[in-house]
Amino acid sequence: MLSLALTGLELKNPLMLAAGIMGTTGGSLKRIADNGAGAVITKSLGIEPASGHNNPTMVEVDCGYLNAMGLPNPSYKNFQQEIDIAAGAGTPVIASIFGGCALDFSEIAGVLDADAFELNVSCPHAWGYGAQIGTDPDLVEDITKAVKAATDAPVWVKLTPNVTDIISIGLAAQRGGADAVVAINTVRAMAIDINSGYPILGNRFGGLSGRAIKPVAIKCVYDLYDALKIPVIGVGGISDWKDAIEFIMAGARAVEVGSAVGNNISIFKDISSGMEAFLMEKEWTLDEIYGMAHKI
Amino acid sequence: MKPVDAVITKVVEETPTIRTFFFDTSFESEPGQFVMVWIRGVDEIPMALSYDNAVTVQKVGTATSALFEFGEDDSIGIRGPFGNGFRIKGDNILLIAGGVGAAPLSPLAEKAGLQGFEVTTLLGAKTKEELVFRERFESAGKVMVATDDGTAGKHGYVTQLIDGKDYDQIYCCGPEIMMKKVLDKVQPEKSQFSLHRYIKCGLGICGACCVDGLRVCKDGPVFTGEVLNRSEFGLYMRNECGEKVKV
Repeated sequence: MLSLALTGLELKNPLMLAAGIMGTTGGSLKRIADNGAGAVITKSLGIEPASGHNNPTMVEVDCGYLNAMGLPNPSYKNFQQEIDIAAGAGTPVIASIFGGCALDFSEIAGVLDADAFELNVSCPHAWGYGAQIGTDPDLVEDITKAVKAATDAPVWVKLTPNVTDIISIGLAAQRGGADAVVAINTVRAMAIDINSGYPILGNRFGGLSGRAIKPVAIKCVYDLYDALKIPVIGVGGISDWKDAIEFIMAGARAVEVGSAVGNNISIFKDISSGMEAFLMEKEWTLDEIYGMAHKI
Repeated sequence: MKPVDAVITKVVEETPTIRTFFFDTSFESEPGQFVMVWIRGVDEIPMALSYDNAVTVQKVGTATSALFEFGEDDSIGIRGPFGNGFRIKGDNILLIAGGVGAAPLSPLAEKAGLQGFEVTTLLGAKTKEELVFRERFESAGKVMVATDDGTAGKHGYVTQLIDGKDYDQIYCCGPEIMMKKVLDKVQPEKSQFSLHRYIKCGLGICGACCVDGLRVCKDGPVFTGEVLNRSEFGLYMRNECGEKVKV
């Protein structure tokens, strides 16, 4: 009932584990896949091992979570075995990758064996990486082209909402040959400890995830669906089946769940059973609600 | 939750390398749960609560060295308590503590002692002056000591004190190599271990602290021997980058 084909991948449901969540070990990715995710996405992998920013790297705020992990990762060179362990669950494994230039991205995509690649051109707090690249349409187009030339696997481009016009970046990814775009990464944000005046995050600022950013993400997905020919994957603040339905109605072909996994490791099962019950009650199919908000 | 401001009220030098920092805020917690201690401008590190209002810290790196510069009236930020602590079971329990691993076990000893449990503690350290909380364990029951250099108790490792006696439950915290030796000697289903890993978010989200698929910050830090027996515990851990390194 929830199965679909997404950029050539067969998914048992449209619910995927977002990058950066439980994605450093093959065992943790497999655990999420075994708990009902339609696909899992790895921690963003770069050229060299990196320890990321100093703690605090994540803190809960009133309306969500603030993080600046700083792209800690063991390097793609040490990660194939983790992907292989995760793949043991029989669920597609997507590698999230980042780099400082097109060559970095194509080096990684040319070597790693994954079911698809998600290009992280949207991390809001790593100097020289992520959103430093993803706010420039020409760079996004070049990097996407380079990765497409390096691999036969589908290529998704994850977009930052921290731009004036997300559509121009989405169109750049599409021109570069992307198979899908993913919207959105976290929203630039900051919190200060009033007892001392210190910014709480080790990096001083970071990105907001969780419930607060859902309406921002819904609007981005809605706009991208209108503007692009390639599918849009929605992410940002999904914590239950109603949120997932809302994203799909906005125009997301599939969705990713991130922060909400912390408090509910079985969230993918819960969302899929909630979606199934809702669709049955309404006598709708997944295809019928896809982009529904645009058609009425 | 954002970090709670905690003002240090007292610093106790437990050993030449270990100090207890008491603060003005108490945290309702189960023995074995941990808090994230934020040394502003430096780092935030996971620490077991050794009392409702204290952490006991060994000076090992940048963050702990910075904390050792702190005294009365200085303040730190605290998030937590987080995770799952020790589950108290049975009547006759054994505690095995190595070095600063005594920190989460000492409130367990006190709680179990007050509840009328028969508590036996095996306490180990490198040398006599590095033994932590001996009196707290003694007030809860019987204590046997081992030191690497033989300056107190048995000359050798704390694991050599394990006898064949049957205990309802065994609780262990210390260096991972020592805990692995304990796990190999006891009945896994009757044992609980408190793990140490690089913890970043503390919220069960980022996955940096995973032992295979288990989150030390959320599913742990205390796990049964049965669960650990099927994992990379005692063999591998992840460094701050997430690279697999030998324990």
